[in-house]
Amino acid sequence: MGDCTDKMDVIVVGAGLAGLSTAYFLADAGLDVLVVERGDFPGSKNVTGGRIYLNPVRDLFPDLWEQAPLERHVTRERLTMMARESATTVELQSERFNRQPYHSYTILRAKFDRWFADRVAEKGAFLISKNKVDDLVLEGGRVAGIVADGDEIHADVVVAADGILSLMAEKAGLREKQQPRHFAVSMKEVIELPRQTIEDRFNLEGDQGLAQLFFGELTQGMMGGGFLYTNLESISLGLVVGVESLMERDPLQEVHPLMEAFKERPEIRVLLEGGEVVEYSAHVITEGGIHAMPKLFSDGMLVVGDAAGLGLNMLITVRGMEYALASGAMAAQAIQRAKEKGDFSASTLAYYEELLKDSFVLKDMHTFRHALNILENPRLFNLYPQVVCDLFEKLMWIDSGAKEGLFSTVFGEVRSKLLSFSVLRDVLSFCKM
Amino acid sequence: MNVESKLGLDAFKLDEESHIHIKQGICKRDCKEKYCLFVCPAHLYSVNKESGDICVEFEGCLECGTCRIACRYGALEWEYPRGGFGVQFRFG
Repeated sequence: MGDCTDKMDVIVVGAGLAGLSTAYFLADAGLDVLVVERGDFPGSKNVTGGRIYLNPVRDLFPDLWEQAPLERHVTRERLTMMARESATTVELQSERFNRQPYHSYTILRAKFDRWFADRVAEKGAFLISKNKVDDLVLEGGRVAGIVADGDEIHADVVVAADGILSLMAEKAGLREKQQPRHFAVSMKEVIELPRQTIEDRFNLEGDQGLAQLFFGELTQGMMGGGFLYTNLESISLGLVVGVESLMERDPLQEVHPLMEAFKERPEIRVLLEGGEVVEYSAHVITEGGIHAMPKLFSDGMLVVGDAAGLGLNMLITVRGMEYALASGAMAAQAIQRAKEKGDFSASTLAYYEELLKDSFVLKDMHTFRHALNILENPRLFNLYPQVVCDLFEKLMWIDSGAKEGLFSTVFGEVRSKLLSFSVLRDVLSFCKM
Repeated sequence: MNVESKLGLDAFKLDEESHIHIKQGICKRDCKEKYCLFVCPAHLYSVNKESGDICVEFEGCLECGTCRIACRYGALEWEYPRGGFGVQFRFG
């Protein structure tokens, strides 16, 4: 990194969405910003399911979205409950989702982040790739810079945007060791298919896209689920399992075969026919919501995006990238204020948390604060998907003899499988979601 | 498709030294479960039959962090690979 002895206004650790967003606004305001990225290029270490919801962040970046290299705008939403030998899918096809400005896009991060980083550089931020931040410079308890490749670089503020494992937040003492209960491991394959095949296979016109979430048998009773997103010329297919659920499995079994079993399900196999796997990735994601968040600021430091634990599994939607972008914008706002005051202490930087609290970011985290407790319920992943599929199958099946009345079929299933205190408790707990 | 062939599809830049250091003493003394063998989505951990040591083929690490979180015993010293090394996603 050379003899970079000049002090920066701000150093951002990590060129993912949160870090780039922070740098975008700070550079725009004329501050000296250095973004340090350990990958070959911004985006080369980043993975997502993924899809991004634009409404929460559209106005933050009015010039960005028109040209952004996003994949397909989602017009079809599917939610699939998987039982042992059957699956029930609920599908929404909405013209509202098909009207501009589009609500949500599928996204590949290696492509998007690299492009976004160029926009950030245009604003005047310095970006350095292939450099890992090894440590923080601490001066009398305050964060005063970073150590990279043996060199110290000083700054008024260091922004930890180094992803969910945030070694920076850990080094700064902003959080304890991460708990298995609060995380899931996500495995993902990118599977290439011709554009036309994707459109024909998923009933999409032009750049329309489909997003599908799965839960049930695919995680064998463990907390988790699956996802499928259509990109322009590939499919992102993945499976997520709670880390603690995996550790409590008796006997312990390896995680990666679950992905293969998922791909071999008849419902999935037909969708992948003729496709070529071109990349395999994995990452931990947060499941702990507000309970797994570190402290967000200290003297000379702010924590943004995944590093701040800003991600939510809302069961029917999974969120994170909007929080990353928005938290970066708010961090930038707090830093600008600190710069005006010439005071970068925790008490001034605390403004960042106030901004987050007033925004959708911490409001969502608060609203969905019970999500983990609900998701930890194994019945959600075995009993309920099985009951729904069995019931639907019974209703649709015509046997050789006389058919039972529809109501008595439903009543019979409910009485035999769902009349228990545990189910009643579950219903009450779902009301908290 | 097995996990080894999947890793063969990814672009890795190999460093000579591992970014994961295993404190074998802790593994042998405190850890019965060996969670690392099961939670790694890249199937990189194994037990050396002769020495009983836990081995990791760090070259294929997807840098997901699951082992770091799952090791309750603090036996893993897990840092990211040096800048410019490790997995480089082309899609992400």
